[in-house]
Amino acid sequence: MLSVEHVAKVYHTRQGRHKVLKDISFALEPGKHLGILGRNGAGKSTLIRLIAGAERPTSGIIRRGMSVSWPLAFGGAFQAHLTGLDNLKFVSRVYGVDYRPLVPFVEEFTELGKYFREPVLHYSHGMTTRLAFALSMAIEFDCFLIDEAMVVGDARFHERCHIELFQKRADRAFILVTHEAHVIKRYCTRACVLHEGNLLPFPTVDEAYEFYLASLAAQPMSVEM
Amino acid sequence: MPSSPQTRAGADTSLRQCWAVQRRVLHALLMREVITRFGRKNLGVLWLVGEPMIFTIGVATLWSLGGMTHGSAIPIVAFAVTGYSSVLMWRNSAFRASGAIDQNKQLLFHRQVQIIDVILTRTLLEIGGASASFIVLSLFFMFIGWMPPPVDLLEVLGGWLMLTWFGASLAVLIGAGTAFSEVVDRLWHPAAYLLFPLSGAAFMVDWMPERVRGFVLLLPMVHGTEILREGWFGNVVQTHYDLGYMSFVCLILSLAGLSLLSAATRRVEF
Repeated sequence: MLSVEHVAKVYHTRQGRHKVLKDISFALEPGKHLGILGRNGAGKSTLIRLIAGAERPTSGIIRRGMSVSWPLAFGGAFQAHLTGLDNLKFVSRVYGVDYRPLVPFVEEFTELGKYFREPVLHYSHGMTTRLAFALSMAIEFDCFLIDEAMVVGDARFHERCHIELFQKRADRAFILVTHEAHVIKRYCTRACVLHEGNLLPFPTVDEAYEFYLASLAAQPMSVEM
Repeated sequence: MPSSPQTRAGADTSLRQCWAVQRRVLHALLMREVITRFGRKNLGVLWLVGEPMIFTIGVATLWSLGGMTHGSAIPIVAFAVTGYSSVLMWRNSAFRASGAIDQNKQLLFHRQVQIIDVILTRTLLEIGGASASFIVLSLFFMFIGWMPPPVDLLEVLGGWLMLTWFGASLAVLIGAGTAFSEVVDRLWHPAAYLLFPLSGAAFMVDWMPERVRGFVLLLPMVHGTEILREGWFGNVVQTHYDLGYMSFVCLILSLAGLSLLSAATRRVEF
């Protein structure tokens, strides 16, 4: 069980305090799939960073009764001078897993060939994303955090991500944030909308979708955070 | 709860598991830092020891040419090796800690990695490198007879530990401080530069006029260097230090550094 209790997040900008998240509460049971819809700048990525534990909430508590992944396909922690293999070793050490049995999967999934043993700084954007996704899959978690904007790639990559995540790991919980409603309709059993700093729950995915579409039409685009 | 063949890391951990996590994270960070800094080309990780050795040999050469021991009975190379190695202990850790939070905050996405781990890793590497350089150089110079063997090895170790403590607490303080303002980094560089000649590396407190000693002894690292040299040279040198004072200052610095670091952790933003 993952529970987020009255979480607020305030950023200090040059124009003063900016409250991105006002009062967020929800709980996620093991194996459940929660979709969070929100427009650009609604605070989706902030919420994901808080749940991942990379940032601390300004107030409120996040309890992790199950293991929670880092945001899926997040490659920001790659050190440019380390090779793909070094980065696999690094995350394996951090999470206390033997890296050796994972090498075949990562090599096969990333299709990096000899570049798997070259520094990440020589990788293309697509290669980096594939490596990041493969590392996310190499370590097993009870709950995956997915920021849809991070998983960018061609159709073939998406298909393979789909198989790894939603088919092979369908028993795990996940939180998927996106501004594209159809993704949530396809994968999630429950949906919320992140709207003006609050997380609004809806009984069905369709109702969340309708509210989200209406809110998109009602207001001009806010500033990307 | 669904099960899997692997250990699912990342849930909230009990205190008992914390130690295991801590060791894993430090190991992972150490390996990462070593490859990042020294690469796999030429000497690789040996530079960790080679770099301070080159510095120390350079300083020893300059001081030998300049006759820095002021007619004291200490062999000049021994004086330089003990002195400059002491400087490396407290100065380099703080240099590496400066800006470390901002450079490594992406690592915080791995929840087990905390900011203190990053600073601890860098401090361990610096202290390890400086210690190894000190040991290798001392053994070499003792072998060729330019340096006497230490009179009281335990006291040398004591001085060394005190300098380590001072260096580590300074590193935490500077590392946390730079997360609040880069002014800390800007001020730390000239401060480190100016503190070097005052740190007791290039002089013995006893050589100072009596009224100056009190001021010099306000600097905690001077005490550590004096202890180390007393251990090494024994009665040949007259030393002035106060272990209680240095411990007190280090304790204050440690507490201030840790509380500042805890505040810096809460402030990390992306």
